[in-house]
Amino acid sequence: MGNVQNTPHRADVGVVDSSVQHAAHAHAAPTGFIRKYIFSLDHKVIGLQYYFLALASVFTGLILSVLMRIHLVWPEWAIPGIGIIKDEQYLGLLTLHGTFMVFFVLTTAPQSGFGNYFLPIQIGAADMAFPVLNMLSFWTTFAAFIVMLGAFFTVMPIAGWTSYPTLSALPNAGSLPWGQDLWLLSIALFCAASLMGALNFITTTLDLRCKGMSLWRMPLTCWTWFVTAILGLLAFGVLLSGGLLLLLDRNAGTSFFVPGGLVVNGVQQRHEGGSPLLWQHLFWFFGHPEVYIAILPGMGVASQLLSTFSRKPIFGYRAMVFAVMAIGLLGFMVWGHHMFMSGMSPYTAFAFSLMTMAIGVPSAIKTFNWLGTMWRGKIRFYTPMLFAIGFVSLFVSGGLSGPFLAQPTLDIPLHDTFFVVAHFHLIMGVAAIFGIFAATYYWFPKMFGRMMSESLGRLHFWFTFVGTYAIFMPMHYEGMAGRPRRYGSMVVAGGLFNRLAALMPLEKFISIAAFVTAAAQLIFVINLFWSMKKGEKAPVNPWEATTLEWTIPSPPPHDNFAGNTPVVNHGPYEYSVPGVERDYVMQTDPASVHAH
Amino acid sequence: MGLALLLVVWLITFVSTYFFIAHPSWMWLPPVATTYGPQIDSQFTYTYIAMGIVFVAAQVALGLFAWKYRDRGHAAAYYSHGNIRLEAVWTILTAILFVGLNLMGQHIWAQARFQGPSPGSEQVEITGMQFQWYFRYPGSDGKYGRTLAKLEDPSTGNALGIDPDDPAAKDDIVSSTLVLPVNRELDVTLKALDVIHDFFVPEFRFKQDAVPGLLIHMHFTPNRIGDYEIDCAELCGSGHYKMRAGVKVVSEADYQAFLKAPQQWLTEHPWNGPMSRGLMQESEAKPPAPALQLAMRHHQSQAENH
Ligand SMILES: [Cu+2]
Ligand SMILES: [Cu+2]
Repeated sequence: MGNVQNTPHRADVGVVDSSVQHAAHAHAAPTGFIRKYIFSLDHKVIGLQYYFLALASVFTGLILSVLMRIHLVWPEWAIPGIGIIKDEQYLGLLTLHGTFMVFFVLTTAPQSGFGNYFLPIQIGAADMAFPVLNMLSFWTTFAAFIVMLGAFFTVMPIAGWTSYPTLSALPNAGSLPWGQDLWLLSIALFCAASLMGALNFITTTLDLRCKGMSLWRMPLTCWTWFVTAILGLLAFGVLLSGGLLLLLDRNAGTSFFVPGGLVVNGVQQRHEGGSPLLWQHLFWFFGHPEVYIAILPGMGVASQLLSTFSRKPIFGYRAMVFAVMAIGLLGFMVWGHHMFMSGMSPYTAFAFSLMTMAIGVPSAIKTFNWLGTMWRGKIRFYTPMLFAIGFVSLFVSGGLSGPFLAQPTLDIPLHDTFFVVAHFHLIMGVAAIFGIFAATYYWFPKMFGRMMSESLGRLHFWFTFVGTYAIFMPMHYEGMAGRPRRYGSMVVAGGLFNRLAALMPLEKFISIAAFVTAAAQLIFVINLFWSMKKGEKAPVNPWEATTLEWTIPSPPPHDNFAGNTPVVNHGPYEYSVPGVERDYVMQTDPASVHAH
Repeated sequence: MGLALLLVVWLITFVSTYFFIAHPSWMWLPPVATTYGPQIDSQFTYTYIAMGIVFVAAQVALGLFAWKYRDRGHAAAYYSHGNIRLEAVWTILTAILFVGLNLMGQHIWAQARFQGPSPGSEQVEITGMQFQWYFRYPGSDGKYGRTLAKLEDPSTGNALGIDPDDPAAKDDIVSSTLVLPVNRELDVTLKALDVIHDFFVPEFRFKQDAVPGLLIHMHFTPNRIGDYEIDCAELCGSGHYKMRAGVKVVSEADYQAFLKAPQQWLTEHPWNGPMSRGLMQESEAKPPAPALQLAMRHHQSQAENH
């Protein structure tokens, strides 16, 4: 393990061609506090705003999950300020846990947070294409967050993050006014904001690349942000319309999702002609691509870091790009795998299942190439690299339960059990969060001009990595044993759940592992805020990496390249090039350094 | 650090794999109780062997590479942008594996869901409402009586809204415990009166949403006598956690006795699950409240109203 501070200071190698003055996007730095930090147009400030919004959300979601784990094994505990958690309150907890995590963390931090901050810099642009739209999309997301907190504090919605009608459409079925309505309003706002963000990312990638930054020289992070933005553009519009239709069903007497002849709590409903399955199609047409919206940027970060810290070019750069595109494309053809048990035509299950299995192929390519990148490398184990390796491990573990659930035959016993909970938590939950952690440790020096503590970082990694497996691996077995998800305490629920009584010790083990892992996240928070103030001063290029953000000061100036647009001469992963003295070639190094 | 990663990743891999291989019965698919269940289980086994091999191979390689290729101050890393041939071989292998597994399992699905029940199957209608299951048998005429939404009222004992004026309703039986004959194919109709519910019996390897507005036909054949538990497997509201009921798979003679006098038979033979796990010796194991077991001949109570 080398010492970060001994790393040579290489600011001088970022050769800048000052003859190309693309200053069109360079705007003067604002001076007032509000324009600088609140209603900022600077993509870096907006990226950080998204990041801290995600941080607030992830701790909200984490606390909710701890409460859930308490209720599942010690339902009699009275929690200070909350009291005893009832089985129906458990449904509120899981609904908001899922919502905060999926929307405000997994969609927000990897794409809107890091993407906003580093996409323009990595392609050599001074800002995003539409800075005002960028600001608007953040503040719309923030409004969505506030509205969601409103749902939290009025009547907690209980319909799950998937909010299936007719439960979510008929208030007297349990989706009480305010809670469910605010939930839908928040999601609609979030979708609108994500559409703005997606347009901005796509335009920026296509139009603002600096001289020499061809598409095939973009870092894989940029490729994943780009493809994720395309997914977002196609997916969020569908959820937005679904959410608005459901709001109308609830409040304007329409019947998009409610069929006729229903009697709820003894009251005949006046709706007729709608279909509850329509919502599921709209929701999962968004919902499956959403999985990739959460995980693709993490794949980009893992690729970037594995190459950098193995001191090796990424294995199969073009295969990686095509795999990302294939995942994006196939991702829109598989949504029905969430609906094998829904009553939709069983014939469609063939197609959805085949497509879903096919998506395993590009995912396997990615894994193979990550391992290929480490193979015969010279690996430096800094904290970001530990999290990148953890990402690969979790991606493999979470990914391999996919082919079970992709087969409708096996979905019969496993659907809506803890097996599914284990699967998606490993792959889209924790793997994506490992991507966020890896990105945080990696880019923190650039964003804040200081290094994070390596020893705290390592401690955080080991607790989180082992804890994650301790929490989610056993859930596979529970699911196989037939433990349904979204059930409150197994002990108190009428005493009927003897079928699964033998699982209780395992449930307790999971809860304890969850408490320890949750507590270990404090190490991260302490490291984050302590390092902002007290961390060692970061050099320009602490990791000896090649991409453009490592050519400019830490933190970067207002318009990134001080008006001097960089010129790119090399691909993003030129490490250990034979015949070159240093073991890396910056993208901006003169073409003569290494001919291709 | 490379060694630590190797040890931890390998340890996690071997512990997880150990439980998959040893699988004590309480952490595995429960014993099968339907005729098509074993096919699902063997498809499950093929899948977990295939995925298990990939899992172990990938994790072992990850741990090994982390240790073997750590920075030991050795000469530069190997400069390579990849290997198209290896890439192609790997892609084709995974495609064969994933698509092959998929095709292997499709006939089981087709058999369960594409074909209808064979003629002469025993008919049962399963209806979910917040937060209770109702099971209806058509009686000797083989026809379910008409139901009307305006008549649905659990407080009068007619939760399903069966129309007493329909002659076909006269011999319908409604029960809150599901009693099924062993080794007879069942023609199951699933309905939901308010929100989506899901009929899930793990031992049957059977799960299907009951959806408002849809009549869903399913078929399966229970083949092991015993008492099992039905869990609602679709979030259906605040009482979702208590939406459970018992299933009894019984001999043909017992089934006929049940059809003759459902209430009496169930009083004498209360649901006593879950026996398949041998957990009944535990003191807290109680059958559901007697109220849940009330079965009645609807035409009787309805006839008295006329
Ligand atoms: Cu999906
Ligand atoms: Cu339910």
